[in-house]
Amino acid sequence: GGSCRSLAARLGPVCLDAASFSRRRLSFGPQFVYTPESADKSLGETSRMNLFQAVTSALDNTLANDPSAVVFGEDVAFGGVFRCTVGLKDKYGKDRVFNTPLSEQGIVGFAIGHAVAGATTVAEIQFGDYIFPAFDQIANEASKYRYRSGNHFNCGSLTVRAPIGAVGHGALYHSQSPEGFFAHLPGIKVVIPRGPIQAKGLLLACINDPDPCFYFEPKILYRSAVEDVPVNGYVLPIGKAEVLIEGSDVTLIGYGTQVHVLREVARLAQSELGVSCELIDMRTILPFDEETVYASVCKTGRCLIAHEAPLTGGFGAELAASVQEHCFLNLEAPVRRVAGHDTPFPHIFENFYLPNQRRCLAAIKDLIGY
Amino acid sequence: RLRQSLLGRLPGLSNARRLLSAPPSGMPPDDEKPMFPGSRSSFTTQLDFIHPENFEGIPVYRLVNRRGDLVDGAPEPTLAGNKDLCLQVYETMLQLNIMDKILYDSQRQGRISFYMTSFGEEGIVANAAALNPNDLVFCQYRESGVLMQRGMELERFMDQCYSNDSDINRGRQMPVHYGSKDHSFVTVSSPLATQMPQASGAAYAFKRMQNGLCVVCYFGDGSASEGDAHAALNFAATLDCPVMFVCRNNGYAISTPTSDQYRGDGIAIRGPAFGIPTVRVDGNDVFALYEVTQQARQLCLTEMRPTLIEMMTYRLGHHSTSDDSSAYRSVDELSFWDREDNPIIRMRKFLTKRGWWSDEQETATKQAIRKRVLQKFAQAEKRLKPNPMEMFSDVWARMPPRLRQQMEDTRRHLEAETSHYPELKNYKPVADVE
Repeated sequence: GGSCRSLAARLGPVCLDAASFSRRRLSFGPQFVYTPESADKSLGETSRMNLFQAVTSALDNTLANDPSAVVFGEDVAFGGVFRCTVGLKDKYGKDRVFNTPLSEQGIVGFAIGHAVAGATTVAEIQFGDYIFPAFDQIANEASKYRYRSGNHFNCGSLTVRAPIGAVGHGALYHSQSPEGFFAHLPGIKVVIPRGPIQAKGLLLACINDPDPCFYFEPKILYRSAVEDVPVNGYVLPIGKAEVLIEGSDVTLIGYGTQVHVLREVARLAQSELGVSCELIDMRTILPFDEETVYASVCKTGRCLIAHEAPLTGGFGAELAASVQEHCFLNLEAPVRRVAGHDTPFPHIFENFYLPNQRRCLAAIKDLIGY
Repeated sequence: RLRQSLLGRLPGLSNARRLLSAPPSGMPPDDEKPMFPGSRSSFTTQLDFIHPENFEGIPVYRLVNRRGDLVDGAPEPTLAGNKDLCLQVYETMLQLNIMDKILYDSQRQGRISFYMTSFGEEGIVANAAALNPNDLVFCQYRESGVLMQRGMELERFMDQCYSNDSDINRGRQMPVHYGSKDHSFVTVSSPLATQMPQASGAAYAFKRMQNGLCVVCYFGDGSASEGDAHAALNFAATLDCPVMFVCRNNGYAISTPTSDQYRGDGIAIRGPAFGIPTVRVDGNDVFALYEVTQQARQLCLTEMRPTLIEMMTYRLGHHSTSDDSSAYRSVDELSFWDREDNPIIRMRKFLTKRGWWSDEQETATKQAIRKRVLQKFAQAEKRLKPNPMEMFSDVWARMPPRLRQQMEDTRRHLEAETSHYPELKNYKPVADVE
């Protein structure tokens, strides 16, 4: 209405379509329109939830059904800086939903020990950019606990959640995608959801998984992704990628926010280039679903991997190496990666840094014309 | 504090507030109290820096002196009232000492790859004796005495050092990285201080489980400098975790003396800074150790909060078989502790003066222990190493397809090229199904 028009004049094209609140196009950051999905009817009653509410719902289900479960991290008690834990402390008590002192190495170390004692543990790291002080605990302890003890001890009931990814203005320290560092740690699992229904099912799967899981939530989707999410608990499979669009000419691979960018890339490829794209959401980075990826690339003969994290040594490198090894004779062109540049994540240059639609489309042109 | 917070919510009662917090007569007329969140002290107009060097160090609690006599005026130690336990503790310390000598020598002979001794710190056995056997122990690496006191069989120690097919850890870790769930002893890992915040977390879980147990966490004077150590103490205090932190301050972190490790009054002074009840104890006095451990455990469980024990001791041995400590400390320093002040010699003196021990018993017991240790040692040495395919299990709870592929590729490779891997004859067969 009128108020939105004057707001638009002041803020630029931020508020294009006030009527459909869930389809907001942002001028800075990942360029996409979120396409809501629907849940399997068999999962029962649903409720309108955005991604952070889906996370709350998963945690609520967990705390309700598992008396050993606790949720903690910085600012978790009042609801969390991204509102993922709103209402939980009041509902389940401050011994189960609580603040910790400001120390990521403490949070993850404490969480590992809590899990070693056999209790379900969900720890929150406030931003993925701040997970690094905990990296020793993750790499040297969590991932190796079961192996080094001959399976006498483990911290499998641990899940660590952290927001990741571009948000439009986050710059170096509020935008990072650290999944590449964790893909290199045998013993843990790394999961990244693309929307609310996926988020709840994958988070519950992580919480119930017998290995320590690292669950990275694309922060830009917290509000902008809204779906009708089942209110009861349900799990989605870890270690299984998903083919979202079937196609014949190029396989597009992504995860998290990038899946939605690639959706639009697939549409543009069809309309601008007449190219039919198959779109895969990896969902799990470690252990990743080789079967689905190889089957697709062997079919299409061309592969484009896209991620926000910097190019060199990114997870795309592992996918590319594995794809060329297993699909070599079926490839019509080299495996391409479109990624963040090999720079720290910049502020005002975000739109030129990200693997946006135009960069991905340009890469598809190269693949087709190879 | 409660009074202040209550009054703070009743704005009309500012006069009452002033009256109730009026200073005692004789003090300067500053009748205001600091209202900062969490403040619990007073204002002062006296500008005094706290100079830490002006404070005498936290005293060292002990009951029995270096000559093996109960110190004048000291209460009768609890441990001394139990002759059987005293003798069991003493024999366990002897066994630890003898096992250490034999295994250290075996590394020098190239039979095992690495070893760390507990020489000078055997008193930890007394600390373990005061715990509940189900209290979960997180340790650093020089606490074999705890595991031995808890009844881990001699051969289990050796199997681990030999990485053979009976090793609990399945051949995956360097020697002395022991662990056993049956003994509530969490497996050792090489990184220092990482176990500390884990201990806080485990204690929090125990509190919620209401299982009447506490968690015990050992660490050294060097490890106490790590970030994880500070996080552990802070979390344990703020989250009210029933964890007993025990610092083995043995004077050295490899070659680094404590004078290069910290400038404050050791590790004990840090406890109160975090809000943790703390005591410093003579770690070479088993009677004092036992007493302190009992009290600390009691405190942990009745008040549901952490405790910190700094046990002062001396590392008689080298850091490990990869170290030669003559490079950084004098023979004189070493020989003082070796002759006069270590847990074994001091307890022996006490027991002998009590009439509970004799030179003859000492000789006979040591001989018997040595024979037993050597026998178990010979058995462990003969055992085969595990099937190399065990390298691939327990990484995840269930082996993912990609790793299974690596395992099968390795098996095929080893079977095809057996002649190029002569060491395979010392392992369980690769063909055995996993």
